Amino acid sequence: MNISYMYSLIAVMVLFLLAYLGAQVTVGKVFLGFIIPFLAAITFIVGFIYRVVDWARSPVPFCIPTTCGQQKSLPWIKSAPIENPSTTGGVIVRMFLEIVFFRSLFRNTKQKLKEGDKLSYEWEIWLWVGALAFHWAFFTVVFRHLRFFLEPVPACIQIVENLDGFLQIALPGLLLSGVVLLAAVTFLFLRRIFIPQVRYISLASDFFPLFLIMGIAFTGILMRYFTKVDIVGIKDFAMGLVTFHFHIPEGVGGLFYVHLFFVSILLAYFPFSKLMHLGGIFMSPTRNLTTNSRVKRHINPWNYPVKVHSYEAYEDEFREKMVEVGLPVEKMIEPEPPKEDAPPEEEAEPPEEAEPPEKEAELPEESEEKE
Amino acid sequence: MSDPTPEELLLGIDPKPPQTGWMDTPVEIKKGIYCYASNPKSVEYVGLPYPRQWNPIEEDWNLPENWKEIIYKGFRERLDRFRSIKVFMDICVRCGACADKCHFFIGSGDPKNMPVLRAELLRSVYRNDFTAAGKILGFFGKNFKKIGGARELTLDVLKEWWYYLFQCSECRRCSVFCPYGIDTAEITIMGRELLNLIGLNIDWIATPAANCYRTGNHLGIQPHAYKDMLDFFADDIEDITGIRVDPSFNRKGAEILFITPSGDVFADPGTFTCMGYMMLFHFLQEKYGFDITWSTYASEGGNFGFFTSHETMKRLNTKMYAEAKRLGVKWILGGECGHMWRVIHQYMDTNGPPDFLEEPVSPITGTKFENARSTKMVHITEFMADLIKHGKLDLDPTRNDHLKVTYHDSCNTSRGMGLLEEPRYILKSVCNNFYEMPANCIREQTFCCGSGSGLNAGENMELRMQGGLPRANAVKYVHEKHDVNMLSCICAIDRAALLTSMEYWVPEVDVTGLTELVANALILPGEKERETDLRSEPLPGMEGDDAE
Ligand code: HEM
Ligand code: SF4
Ligand code: SF4
Repeated sequence: MNISYMYSLIAVMVLFLLAYLGAQVTVGKVFLGFIIPFLAAITFIVGFIYRVVDWARSPVPFCIPTTCGQQKSLPWIKSAPIENPSTTGGVIVRMFLEIVFFRSLFRNTKQKLKEGDKLSYEWEIWLWVGALAFHWAFFTVVFRHLRFFLEPVPACIQIVENLDGFLQIALPGLLLSGVVLLAAVTFLFLRRIFIPQVRYISLASDFFPLFLIMGIAFTGILMRYFTKVDIVGIKDFAMGLVTFHFHIPEGVGGLFYVHLFFVSILLAYFPFSKLMHLGGIFMSPTRNLTTNSRVKRHINPWNYPVKVHSYEAYEDEFREKMVEVGLPVEKMIEPEPPKEDAPPEEEAEPPEEAEPPEKEAELPEESEEKE
Repeated sequence: MSDPTPEELLLGIDPKPPQTGWMDTPVEIKKGIYCYASNPKSVEYVGLPYPRQWNPIEEDWNLPENWKEIIYKGFRERLDRFRSIKVFMDICVRCGACADKCHFFIGSGDPKNMPVLRAELLRSVYRNDFTAAGKILGFFGKNFKKIGGARELTLDVLKEWWYYLFQCSECRRCSVFCPYGIDTAEITIMGRELLNLIGLNIDWIATPAANCYRTGNHLGIQPHAYKDMLDFFADDIEDITGIRVDPSFNRKGAEILFITPSGDVFADPGTFTCMGYMMLFHFLQEKYGFDITWSTYASEGGNFGFFTSHETMKRLNTKMYAEAKRLGVKWILGGECGHMWRVIHQYMDTNGPPDFLEEPVSPITGTKFENARSTKMVHITEFMADLIKHGKLDLDPTRNDHLKVTYHDSCNTSRGMGLLEEPRYILKSVCNNFYEMPANCIREQTFCCGSGSGLNAGENMELRMQGGLPRANAVKYVHEKHDVNMLSCICAIDRAALLTSMEYWVPEVDVTGLTELVANALILPGEKERETDLRSEPLPGMEGDDAE
């Protein structure tokens, strides 16, 4: 039984307490509200860049895209320009579909053994739905938060917020993204717990970000709908952060500090963890290369010469046998070496002519047994 | 314990993972699953490190003293050389999308055969030794490491690597489904390279690789024997068609060099495909003056080096261009093979440039093979599809009417190339009864034969039948539904592996290469009325008067 989620849960609860209690004293507020977010942001930016640069430092010696469709070959055969992209345009579309719509995950199937001996593979769309909902909601939420850091608030943010709130007709004040985020992240968590295979492979580091994001969404929703935190105060505070004029906001409770602390932890944790898939997906060689490896030469920057068994060495070993069955050779067998002193090689040439009339193979049966 | 029956094997699949976590479940090297250790002579012949006698089921593997250091350095070196490995080590989110995509997992239920866990076996060590997170966790002690999914490289871990890296056929099916395209095959390739650094290979890879190196082909067929074999086939062809074909070997000045896997020269049913090539070339020569030569030096298209290390792959692959240069041909035609084509498609050109060759043009149709402009190597199905499209082959598909055919895409040509339609077009042109297997197990989602990447040995039969199950099960489906009795493919390993797998799972179905079917249908100029197919089995309507 994999209980690694317990460690992550405990860790997130400890973080919660730290922030909640810390926010009760002034020095705690300074740390939680200013120093930690600042350090976290630095860690995130530097860490992220470092990781990406580090990946980029390793070359891609071979052109190894996974081809998921028909190659471009003969002109009358319809090729799959996106699933097997032979042009840069195709790769861009392929990458776009992967990054924005999780194309590959969309293929997901679930395999079952039915009636004891029949394998079936059913389309399994829920992971895709959950993952897409989660990421898009997350993205929307992050995007909306920019309103706190920008004055005046750009129109695009307002538009997104209006879209996000389209359910407000029924439920005034409700923004969809936060709720979807919480629901999707809960789904992803439950999936990890209830699907035996996924539970088996899950590490504490898979649960930790889920709990953390749950915590962020949960505290956010609490503040918005229940404790009704003072938005103007927060905006003031956020603007202070980005302009380096820190002041302790009035009238915001412990919950806000918890929210901010969780975000800081997520940021700082990001570059050290699997969350780096955000950067990695752009650099995955099985997806981001063109499949025209037979048309255009891919250069391996560290290519080096290797030892090869040359034809000459091969012929030297097998020359007699080759001549015997009439295979052409480069050098004829030297005639009777003991009698004369080494005849010059020039004589032994014309390989073109060295084709004795076709002999019927003698004893082909036995010719195999040597090895 | 003897190998399990199909029923036993099916019952043995346990989809429930064990109670203990995977790091706490020690590896148990099982008979029937593991392959024998490499013969030191073969390892030595190709100059790979630490040739020695060792036995996987013994406690002591006679490792070099500083093996950990070698692995550590090797790992570092590969991280610096391959972005794929570095990125794949870092970004897996363990979503599990790849888990039930691997035929070895489906057929065995062993959780460490889930691609993600196979990769985690290495990733856990990577985390420990090469990441900041691992270092930080290590600071707090061993238990913290484990929680974070990191662990030290120990002898047991090494054995686990060896055991499970030789239970992956590098088929890339997992990579199709992974949202980041993480290719566990790539990780296996790298893992096997590391194992090779301390002399841990399996014999079914090491000895063929040594043979390829020396004699040009993996069976160690020497040049004279190679020619004898083809002469034999010529006799058979003469019996069946009344026509004597006369292949040429190592001939300088030929227009085209033909390279195909040597398996087809050696064992049925590949031999019939080999006869098919000979008949096709003869037909083209008679009708259009086609000019092609075989080579005994580059007599192996398959590349067993690819299952060993990138370097060994290159050492074997280089022979193709070397021979093309020596013979002065214009371009190279490649036969039916899987990983041979993965290498040609995705690796070979880096060994070039083959600027001594010309851009391939079909001398018969004038078609420029623009998709092979740089490698100068064309696939036989591309070549044949073009011929058929231009009406250059005289075909009588009714001569395949006794067959109900389905088609197996081999992993490498589908996911490492995208050769999907050419073979289908040819199939439909040469036989009247063609049925596809269900959509989730063909084309880019095709299942491995179960024995790819050097796992086609005899001693690991249980593993091979486990891995072969998904493919066989789909064949069984079309057999029951459409009465399919012939499984066609374009890979020499398939022809060997599927034969065994069919005998085990669906004995009613036989295996054939594509070119064999073409040759059955191909009407040679001046041939006698054929009474049998290439297997000397009576053709429909000819059953009665068959005397032999
Ligand atoms: C271009 C950007 C991104 C892409 C294409 C992407 C894609 C994906 C995909 C395909 C999955 C696997 C499906 C799943 O398990 O849900 C996933 C998982 C995940 N992503 Fe992202 N992601 C991106 C950015 C982010 C960011 C910015 C975060 C922020 C925290 C994030 C957090 C996660 C988490 C926590 C999981 C694991 C979910 C689980 O445990 O099941 N991702 N991502
Ligand atoms: S599908 Fe990809 S990201 Fe998901 S578990 Fe498998 S390798 Fe990891
Ligand atoms: S490459 Fe194929 S055999 Fe290897 S883990 Fe992936 S699916 Fe399994």
